[in-house]
Amino acid sequence: MSAIDTKYTSEEMMTIAAARKFTDRAICFVGVGLPSVAACVARQLHAPKITLVYESGAIDSKPTVVPLSIADLELAETAGLIVGVPEIFAYWLQGGWIDIGFLGAAQIDQFANLNSTVIGDYNSPKLRLPGAGGAPHIAANAREIVVILRQSLKVFVSRVDFLTTSRSKQKTTVVTDLGVLQTHPETGELILISRYPGVNLEQIRETTGWPLKIADNLSEIPAPTERELSVLRTLNSTAETQGQNSRRS
Amino acid sequence: MGKATGLRDAITEFIHDGDSVALEGFSHLVPFAAGHEIIRQQRRDLTLIRMSADIIYDQMIGMGCARKLIFSWAGNPGLGLLHRFRDAEENDWPRPLEIEEYTHATLAAAFVAGAARLPFGTLRCCPQTDLLKHTPALSSIKCPFTNEEVTAVRAIKPDVTIVHAQRADEEGNVQLWGIVGIQKEAVLAAKNVIVTVEEIVNRLEPVPGGIVIPSWVVSSVVHTPGGARPSYVHGYYGRDSAFYREWDAIARDRDRFIQWMGENVLETVAA
Repeated sequence: MSAIDTKYTSEEMMTIAAARKFTDRAICFVGVGLPSVAACVARQLHAPKITLVYESGAIDSKPTVVPLSIADLELAETAGLIVGVPEIFAYWLQGGWIDIGFLGAAQIDQFANLNSTVIGDYNSPKLRLPGAGGAPHIAANAREIVVILRQSLKVFVSRVDFLTTSRSKQKTTVVTDLGVLQTHPETGELILISRYPGVNLEQIRETTGWPLKIADNLSEIPAPTERELSVLRTLNSTAETQGQNSRRS
Repeated sequence: MGKATGLRDAITEFIHDGDSVALEGFSHLVPFAAGHEIIRQQRRDLTLIRMSADIIYDQMIGMGCARKLIFSWAGNPGLGLLHRFRDAEENDWPRPLEIEEYTHATLAAAFVAGAARLPFGTLRCCPQTDLLKHTPALSSIKCPFTNEEVTAVRAIKPDVTIVHAQRADEEGNVQLWGIVGIQKEAVLAAKNVIVTVEEIVNRLEPVPGGIVIPSWVVSSVVHTPGGARPSYVHGYYGRDSAFYREWDAIARDRDRFIQWMGENVLETVAA
């Protein structure tokens, strides 16, 4: 392998921090975007035996390229089994088989309540977003939740404009582009538990819309390794060319 | 084959102004050709039902076919927002759009109840979200055996369900496989069913994991090769991901959208 540029972007750090949350042999419910990329990285590195479950009904898919949608042909062709949509939610998710559920959102509050429905008023929205999808059911039924979000005052708010997904009763970890937050086991409040190299606490406080509590034993997450960066960049390059290549397929 | 018709005739016969219509297919087997024919025939005041409302509904909403949208997610899969849907919601263009919004799990349970001819479905989820304030079809009910509170969702029974499938035989039995989504439930919940297919074959060979919809629950089978493009058909063709990306730019601008629909949908003719 040729030497690679070890300078990394905040998005690469965030994706790799998220990838490290996929523990080997865990059964993971994943959506598209960063969670899906992180899942692919984890599967190639430290977690070859994770099971990836998609809300389209694809179970135990083994994608080698990052899927664009949760129902891509790649996921169907590499699936261990495919079930219908009522079954994926009722039997597999609600049935209690999912270890970790991965989510995104447009807004999050201090207790990890999520909004992916509207910015502004529901009946006359400033910005209409896609809506709930599978998120509320995932948060209510997975044994652990990981939310992946870029940190900013628009996203980390004191009050969500719309409560799409209620806070999970289970441990919730929020991986951002600056560090990692986790819910307190008793109060459920998000506490900053780790930050990335070179990120100062002021940056994190300034991009959080509530008075953020910091863990006493705040840790620093190790920078991405060469191998992590190499796997991530290869995956991202296949994702980018996928669109053009499949044009005439 | 008794039920075979052309797409134009099938839409004319079964889709009427004011109907509730579910076009289903979870990013796979999306019945684009049928949706385009509905646009060409200028159906109005439809209640459009679809779990993952994506580009085909963006097009139908933008062309003014819909009075109401029943859905659990509305976006361009993997890419972002639906700009025609947004314009209808944010600016009432081209007309106000009423919405009835669910989560995937609740809308799936509503289709299951519809297929089973039950008045409502039940599931365990999410009692304290804002969706419950806005969607009267979501409520809760006490279990008569354990007193446990569970979520109740009113059954969905579309006037017409349209799905696209890989193939049908000459009797009109339909077979589909790969990601099968909510198609079986949406078909069985509906009063009338139109199926467009890639291929008509003499005999359906069994496919592992595939489902068969018997001819006697289908109103009309239409031979429509390529009828799911730009989405994909497992075993037949891949998804045109580049188009999904291009759609973002086309749909952002009203004039560009109208021009694109004119050139690519209105001025083309169904089989």
